[in-house]
Amino acid sequence: MSTNNLDQLYRRVIMDHYKTPRNKGTLENENVKIDMNNPTCGDRIHLTLQVEDGIVKDAKFDGEGCSISMASASMMTQAVKGKDVDTAMKLSSIFSDMMLGKDYDDSIDLGDIEALQGVSQFPARIKCATLAWKAMEKGVQNEDKS
Amino acid sequence: MINQEIKSYFPILNQEINGHPLVYLDSAATSQKPVQVIEALKSYYEFDNSNVHRGVHTLGNRATEKYEGAREKVRNFINANSTEEIVFLRGTTTAINLVAQSYGRANVEEGDEIVITYMEHHSNIIPWQQLAKERGAILKYVELEEDGTISLEQVRAAVTERTKIVSMVYVSNVLGTMNPVKEVAEIAHENGAIMVVDGAQAAPHLKIDVQQLDCDFFAFSGHKMCGPTGIGVLYGKKALLNDMEPVEFGGEMIDFVGLYDSTWKELPWKFEGGTPIIAGAVALGAAIDFLNEIGLNEIEKHEHQMAAYAMDKMSGIEGLSIYGPKDPAKRAGIVTFNLDDVHPHDVATVLDMNGIAVRAGHHCAQPLMKWLEVSATARASFYLYNSESDVDRLVEGLRSAKEYFNDVY
Repeated sequence: MSTNNLDQLYRRVIMDHYKTPRNKGTLENENVKIDMNNPTCGDRIHLTLQVEDGIVKDAKFDGEGCSISMASASMMTQAVKGKDVDTAMKLSSIFSDMMLGKDYDDSIDLGDIEALQGVSQFPARIKCATLAWKAMEKGVQNEDKS
Repeated sequence: MINQEIKSYFPILNQEINGHPLVYLDSAATSQKPVQVIEALKSYYEFDNSNVHRGVHTLGNRATEKYEGAREKVRNFINANSTEEIVFLRGTTTAINLVAQSYGRANVEEGDEIVITYMEHHSNIIPWQQLAKERGAILKYVELEEDGTISLEQVRAAVTERTKIVSMVYVSNVLGTMNPVKEVAEIAHENGAIMVVDGAQAAPHLKIDVQQLDCDFFAFSGHKMCGPTGIGVLYGKKALLNDMEPVEFGGEMIDFVGLYDSTWKELPWKFEGGTPIIAGAVALGAAIDFLNEIGLNEIEKHEHQMAAYAMDKMSGIEGLSIYGPKDPAKRAGIVTFNLDDVHPHDVATVLDMNGIAVRAGHHCAQPLMKWLEVSATARASFYLYNSESDVDRLVEGLRSAKEYFNDVY
């Protein structure tokens, strides 16, 4: 049993976010609401954001999916909460680079997110990790337009 | 005879994945290909390649003979009456779409009903949804029994005199259930409806006799039965096909072309617009020869044995639930399951690290997932090249997945 490689994927901090997700639920005072799913595997996320004066004041997610997708959603909400929209988008692009195995900007402290780095070694699971970030990007962009 | 020797015909199976010998348990998604089929593709391109139905030259004739020879093999394989009833298409999805767009548009009117079931693959749902929306028709679903089977009572309750089309999967790609399509066809006909059978999971695994089933249409894909991707078959009763309009127009399918009007070729060619999938059809013919040599009855028996063995061994794993009929005799070689609250993707990743390929997700059957009240499941599907030792590897892998996630949780 090759668990060494698996440990690269299922880091303890990831499983912690999966077991006890942060910001799970639905905001009542949201002004951005996004549903997104991964049609190939059935993962889905319902993301609510409260964006005011260019700041993500609050964020919550609900959904169904594997440990990677749900842990990533939990970490994403934690990371963007309180950040301005530009920083949130910047984090998303850093995350995307990380998933693609590229060198990424380490000037911003990524906190727990760094634990997801191992996902890049598992191509079949990258979409699981990026779902929540894609939802956030879409939500924030729509808010910009409105 | 099904024995270990069969595995040696499949070169792809002889490799290591993540440091372990590959155990391929995803044949319901697509089967692997034996050397006979790979060789047929290669030989067609090396010696016979040419366009069909037009060349005066020798290669043109040879390609046409091979292509039409494959059609005769398919006819014999499903015991159709005539090669006119065998249309080569891209796969099951294209075949069902052809029926919906041609027969459906011509025969389904506002208020008419189309009856399908909760266990359909998306390929046997969406074409009917689209048709129903377009025609103002009603799409009805036959309820499933608790064990994931279909009862004729429920079919009788759903099919009425307003029903124009009944379409049902022969073998469920998720539950493995084998449905009583012959009896359902009788009910459809009593009510003046036609019967369409999605045979994608049936054709690879059991002897098909379309005349005995008395279905009006039967669709299946080559790639799930040891053939290449990109080739599939629509069987249709001649009388129905004769009255149907093509849905693709252009070269190959025409008889006479005028400036403002044209006429179509005879059956089955009027439905095969454009240069057909010649090599694919030829290789499908080789796949049929291969399956016939082993015997479809042998293959079916082997799969029941595999399902029974897998269900027996897997039910020994605490926290593992298996969906669908409990009686292995009622199912083909498909075992869909979940392991405790470990998400199926996570199960599949651990198995993959052990060289074992299974499917995880909704299996292109979202309404069925809803009926099962799960968002996703894992699926092991078996074919003629799998053996009990593959099941043992799966069970071992599942045990280690369970252990692993118990540890990290």
